[in-house]
Amino acid sequence: MTMEGDSNPVASPIAGPMISVRDLRVSYGEREVLHSVSFDVQPRETMVILGGSGSGKSTLIRTLAGLEKPSAGEVWIKGKNIADASWREMDDLRRKMGMSFQGGALFGSMTLGENVALPLRELTHLEDSTIRIMVRLKLEQVGLAGFEDYKPSELSGGMVKRGAVARALAMDPEILFFDEPSAGLDPIIAAGIDKLIVDLKRVFDMTIVVVTHELASAFLIADRMVMIDKGNIIALGTKEEMRSSTNPRVRQFLDRVPEPEVATELDYLQMLSGDEKKKKKSKVKG
Amino acid sequence: MGLAENIGRRTLSGLAYLGGVAQLGGRALYFGFAHPLKGRRVHPERAVHQAMAVGVEALPILSLITFFVGGIMALQSAYELQQFGAMQAVASAVAIAMTRELGPLMTAILVIGRSGSAFAAEIGTMKVNQEIDALETMALHPIPFLVTPKFLAMVVMLPCLTTWADFMGVLGGLLFGVTSAGFSVASYFRATLDALLLRDVVTGLVKSVMFGAVITAVGCHEGFSTGGGAEQVGRSTTSAVVMSIFLVIVVDLIFTVIFYFTNG
Repeated sequence: MTMEGDSNPVASPIAGPMISVRDLRVSYGEREVLHSVSFDVQPRETMVILGGSGSGKSTLIRTLAGLEKPSAGEVWIKGKNIADASWREMDDLRRKMGMSFQGGALFGSMTLGENVALPLRELTHLEDSTIRIMVRLKLEQVGLAGFEDYKPSELSGGMVKRGAVARALAMDPEILFFDEPSAGLDPIIAAGIDKLIVDLKRVFDMTIVVVTHELASAFLIADRMVMIDKGNIIALGTKEEMRSSTNPRVRQFLDRVPEPEVATELDYLQMLSGDEKKKKKSKVKG
Repeated sequence: MGLAENIGRRTLSGLAYLGGVAQLGGRALYFGFAHPLKGRRVHPERAVHQAMAVGVEALPILSLITFFVGGIMALQSAYELQQFGAMQAVASAVAIAMTRELGPLMTAILVIGRSGSAFAAEIGTMKVNQEIDALETMALHPIPFLVTPKFLAMVVMLPCLTTWADFMGVLGGLLFGVTSAGFSVASYFRATLDALLLRDVVTGLVKSVMFGAVITAVGCHEGFSTGGGAEQVGRSTTSAVVMSIFLVIVVDLIFTVIFYFTNG
């Protein structure tokens, strides 16, 4: 089976990390969101990126997937620095990567089967009959066999997420990115997604990067973890190293400790009136 | 902020907008030819599907609108022509007005309302749902995938629709001409054909192709620059319609001037 773009002779096997991030900085306009982040992801490793809301973890995974351009630093994927890759080189890399988005991001105007078939139809010269078989295979891998003709709006949240994974698997990627795979799902469905991720790694030898803030999932699926706080890495290591970390922010996150409350009633009043002053200001301006 | 600064800032952002729209249109056109030549798989059924939605499904409402416009044109011109005893010129007035101006313009405005807004809403919603991001991660560039089929459909369909609009407008004038201006069906058509020069029809069709390109580029550009949330999709759609109407009129003016000075 020949696929377009598989002509790069420098491709795998690769010695060294699959993904290598060096002093990565990402900015949205004037605001820097990631400050000099560095870490590696080894081949066939599952790396979980942990962090609170606004920590920069989504920006990080979007940059790794090539959706954001670094403002400084390097991101090496399979021996190619995506910070200065051409369109064509980036496309070649993208064919070996798959991404599952937070809301699934299935195309609403197509059925599930058409969604999964899309990359195959566009990027290969396979016959339609072959593509149909591959679609059925991919959907079976995620437990959605038989749902080819359903539109995304007719599927439950968990099924949409599974469908998105099937689509990400369509081109048999070497690297899979997951952005919040269990967000908004009930514990049973979330556990199913976790098992799927573990199985993918085990059966297909994939390198997997997952962004999540669900601790139970994270500790189940991860080989190593990296924790981001306010755009900086505050912890990096195996599950055991994380669990035994003495970094206060890491402990706060892992032990589910809320932000500290104010000490006295006077402080509380001050906090309230300070907030109200701020609210009044924004009403006047707006 | 001073008035001069304000004007300067708005001019620059307006030029940047035009640049973005033109760039999008250019790239859509480029991919329309580059992809088949590079051996990438092309899917003409996408463009055909768009052409159905843009063109065929617009025919009923377009027919009604341009029929009425033709009738209105006949009535308005008859009002003046009567005073000079030149009622027989009604047929030619309607024919020339429709083919040179009203046909292309009314068609463009209808298509803006139907399709220009739809493009902005569809692409805007996709952007909000991260579907555009999903396309990029699958090495499917959004422009050849989403914009080029629409672009091709529009530049083919708009001249077709305009031709139909011209015909329906003449029919509208015919109704008035036969009932109140002393024409027979045959004499009205004869008067119409006598008055029309090929260049009247051709200038109208050339304009319609340009209108198609503008409407697609503006609608898609607004869609791609949608911010987050449903409210932003609404804003993009509104902006697409307003800017399309404005730019269509500007293009109309430019081409009308060009045709005026090149044809004497």
